[in-house]
Order: sequence, then C-alpha cells, then structure tokens
Amino acid sequence: MIKLTLNGKKKSFGGAPFKRLIDALREDFALTGTKEGCGEGECGACTVLIDGKPVNSCLIPVCQAEGRKVETVESLGTPEKLSKLQAGFLACGGAQCGICTPGMLMTAQAHIRTKGKCDDKSIRTALAGNLCRCTGYQDIVKSVLKAAKGR
Amino acid sequence: MRGDAKSMTVLRPRSAAEAVKSFAKVPAAIPLAGGTDLMVGWNLGILNGRAILDLSRVAEWKKIKVVSDGIDIGSLVTHAEIQAHPVIRKRFPLLVAACGTVGAAQIQNRGTIGGNIANASPAGDTFPALAVYEATVRVLGPNGRRGVPMNEIFAGVKKTTLKPGELIEAIFLPYLEKPARGVFRKVGTRAAQAISKTMFAGLLFNGKGGVLEEARLAFGSLAPTVRRLYAAEAFLKGRKLDDKTISAAAELMTTDVSPIDDIRSTRDYRLVVSRNLLIAFLKGEVK
Repeated sequence: MIKLTLNGKKKSFGGAPFKRLIDALREDFALTGTKEGCGEGECGACTVLIDGKPVNSCLIPVCQAEGRKVETVESLGTPEKLSKLQAGFLACGGAQCGICTPGMLMTAQAHIRTKGKCDDKSIRTALAGNLCRCTGYQDIVKSVLKAAKGR
Repeated sequence: MRGDAKSMTVLRPRSAAEAVKSFAKVPAAIPLAGGTDLMVGWNLGILNGRAILDLSRVAEWKKIKVVSDGIDIGSLVTHAEIQAHPVIRKRFPLLVAACGTVGAAQIQNRGTIGGNIANASPAGDTFPALAVYEATVRVLGPNGRRGVPMNEIFAGVKKTTLKPGELIEAIFLPYLEKPARGVFRKVGTRAAQAISKTMFAGLLFNGKGGVLEEARLAFGSLAPTVRRLYAAEAFLKGRKLDDKTISAAAELMTTDVSPIDDIRSTRDYRLVVSRNLLIAFLKGEVK
C-alpha cells in the first residue's frame, strides 16, 4: 500500500506500484483535471506539484510519490470561487483549447508561491517546460503577472 | 503498445547496502533514479515485464557533502538541488550552468546527476562540466567501492564502464587549486527542453608572463561520449593566446571529436559552431 498526501488529504493506493502517477490520479483518484500531452516529458501538460515542485506526472511511477505531498489542478479554486491564478488566466485570455492549462497553472502556482522575483523573464523561464500551441504565450505570461501582482 | 504496470516487478531497497544486495539477486533489474529518461521508454511499452530497482528510498545518496578538498554530490541529487547549493554555485559554476539547461523545471526537479551519468547519452548535459572539473564517479558494487575518473566512465553511446552489480553512489568534484576563467555553452534549437547539437565547457588557468598554464576543454554531442580536447590542450600549454595560436588550437579539434549527421544537426554545422565557440572562448569573447 502506497501512502501519500493528495491535495491536502491523506490517501492510499493499493494498485500496481509502477502505475504512472498521472494514471493513478485520473483512474484511481478520479482527478481528471491533469491531462496527458506527449507522454515523454516534453510538453508539461501533465504537470503536478510534488512537495511544492513542478514535475511531469507522466514520468513518475506512483511508488515514487510515497510519503510525498502531491497537488493537482483540483487543489486550486472551484468554478464558483476561482483562485487568483485561475482568475488571472480568465481575465487575460491565458487559456484557449485548455489542454495545456492545468499544467501551466500548476507550474505557475509553484513559481508565484516561491515569493521570489516574478517578472516577465522569470515567468518565461519557469514556464519553459510547458508548451502551448494556441496562445503564443503572451497572454499566459500576462495572466501569471496579474496573479502575482495580487499576491 | 503502452507500459503495463502490472507486468513490472519493482524492488524498493531502503539503503545503499540493500540496493547492492537486491541488484546482485536480480542482475537484470534496471536501476531507476529520477525516471526522466527511463519512463519515456516505459511509456512506449519497451520495458514491459522487466524488473526495476527503484533507488528513491536510498536516503544516503541524496546528500551533498562539502569536504575539505571538494564536494561530494550524492548520485540521487537532482539538477535543481545542484543549482540551489551555495557552495556548488560558488566553486563549480559551469556545473550549475549545465544543470540549468537540462530540460526545464519539471525535469530538473526529478532528473539526478547519477542518473544522467548512468544513462550515458552522448548529449548528457552535465558531462562537459564534469570533464573539465575532473570529477570522479564513485561506484558501489558487490566487491566494494571504487572511484572512476570522468574520462573513463563512458564506454560508448548509452554505455558506461560500470561492472555488473555496480551502482553510482556519488560524484566527487575536487576544488580547483588556482583561479580559472570558465564557460559553459549549450547549443540547441531552443533554450529549454532541447537536446544539444553541441555543448562546450572550458577552463583556462593563466600562468606567469602572460602564458597559459593549463587549458581544459571539453565538448559533448560531438562523439559517442563527452571528449576532452587533449591535442588542443597540450598545444596551448605554455603559449600566449594570440590569434595564430588560437586558430592553430582550433584546427586540432578534430583529433579528439568526430560529430555525425543526425536528426538534430549535421556534422558540418556542429563542427563550425563548435570551432567558433572554442575560438570565442579562447579570445575571451564568451563569458
């Protein structure tokens, strides 16, 4: 049995230890917000946070999440009460087709949470592992900047 | 075909000693560190049915130790942790720069220095820096410990000189005994996520009377393994770095490297860019 903290709640997983974290999240914990893009660590669509750090959940066997704190996009806001970051994406047009959005949000969440410098350059560096084929990134960076200003 | 989790056997040792023991019992097991490369293959289904030696519980290999003559980086230390370490930042900036070019944040938070070496890609981002810092790879196996100099750790593309049952426990970087001017450069299609077309690390130690006491020059992605430019280094030793000397040293590059055409680049492009990089570094134009 693998024990982990998922979005603040203690959970256990009794399936195959080599199941990918993304599959365990989607199939066993019914958290389908996390999307799979490339399945090879290039696109960042499947980004979740482990102990506060962005990682690709398609490259992690669930056994390696044992004892860790995992956060997914479901840990942010709700449709009724968006988080600051989600509200920033909505206001600035940071999402179009939406496939990259959960990963973008989680990587950006880790970045703005560090309380370090949060300007155009630092956001672009932080998000370099998240690919978006719709927005051209401009509005995503604006969205994160807006949320960071409200920190 | 996709990876089939149920087909896998997962060994999860809790200590270094247990890891070596488990590996001896199941020699066909594939060691797993951060998984950033192994899991790509697994997702494609090519590792189905295999045994995996998951090293993530081996706490003693996750430490960075500052010792009197250098730094001992545990094999399971991530590229992100290396970049954040104050002493490594101060003493080994080329390694810090190299770690910052591995994939992007998600990969740097998972990928480990030991995994990078064990994987033995010709394009391994940390290798040119480790080569010029003359790192030693320390391995633990059924017959105990041994140190392998960086220039002897690789046998070819995706091949190391590790013996059966051996695992990397740490990488030791000795402090430089004298001040040096250094540069790390990676050339890829974009700044993040790209696998390099060519990659360079260099250190220059000035001697008395304006001559060069020692040069350490290394390229990645230009041969099956990382290469030091031994011919150029020997030529430069004791000379003044004037234009004539620099271009003569650059001519010697192909004694030690032999790039190929592949999906990322061509032999000609790699040679021209690498030569220009080397010349610019020797002239002090890249910092």
